[in-house]
Amino acid sequence: MTAANSVKPLHIVLTKRYRFAASHRLHNPAFSEDENWRVYGKCNNPYGHGHNYTVEVSVSGPVDPGTGMVTHLGELDGFVEREVLEVFDHRNLNEEVPAFRGRVPTTENLCIEIYNRLRAFPSAHVERIRVEETGLNSFEYAGGA
Amino acid sequence: MVYLTRKIEFSASHLYHNPAFSAEENRRIFGKCNNPHGHGHNYVLEVTVAGEPDPATGMVLDLKELKDVLQREIIERMDHRFLNYEVPELAGQIPTCENIATAIWKLLEPRIMKGSLHRVRLYETPDLFVDCYGQSPNGRGAR
Repeated sequence: MTAANSVKPLHIVLTKRYRFAASHRLHNPAFSEDENWRVYGKCNNPYGHGHNYTVEVSVSGPVDPGTGMVTHLGELDGFVEREVLEVFDHRNLNEEVPAFRGRVPTTENLCIEIYNRLRAFPSAHVERIRVEETGLNSFEYAGGA
Repeated sequence: MVYLTRKIEFSASHLYHNPAFSAEENRRIFGKCNNPHGHGHNYVLEVTVAGEPDPATGMVLDLKELKDVLQREIIERMDHRFLNYEVPELAGQIPTCENIATAIWKLLEPRIMKGSLHRVRLYETPDLFVDCYGQSPNGRGAR
């Protein structure tokens, strides 16, 4: 290790990917039927539809010299399981998740909701959340406006 | 600023064991990663260099040179090795993704001659990876 390296602490971010499956319908009761269809297209189908979502949780912090870890993975897994997977997996987001009463469950809003649920993780700083709605669409949120 | 990323793969074995912990603590903290005979992964490494393209060549740096550095510093050192026993840069450390990415940063950073090392991303599996950045002025590393 060079002297330059030793005085320059590195920024380490660990990311773990999780998966859940859920259904939703994009619909705003404040819009007319036509407007809903124009804005949301087939996502406005009255019976809803589903996705296999992938959630990337990125956390940062100092590396514990005893364990070599930013956070114990079991702790992160347990927290994500409780706060996200148990809440969303195999659920209808509109009907079964209180956060989406009165809020359209787009993946933008889902991403913000997941960030808000995970930001209190006690062992490391939650840097950002990335949600893939399909392999072709993804959304990221790191807090703030 | 342009960010150029080169990807390589290497396969290696490791185990997690801290001699300062009791056998029970090692088991409790590290779980099956503490299996005394070790286990392995196909690591995927993405190295990102930031810089302005040279007006004459249009390149941030010569990819061939980067490829050679990665071959010499990473592949030859880590590919098909037992990280705990055969890689001096990891001696005395738990070879977690965090520590391997840090060791890789320290190996590569002084050897990037054009542009500057922006990020080292090391995948242990497709679902678990670590990003390593140099410290940014706000203390939180750029994305």
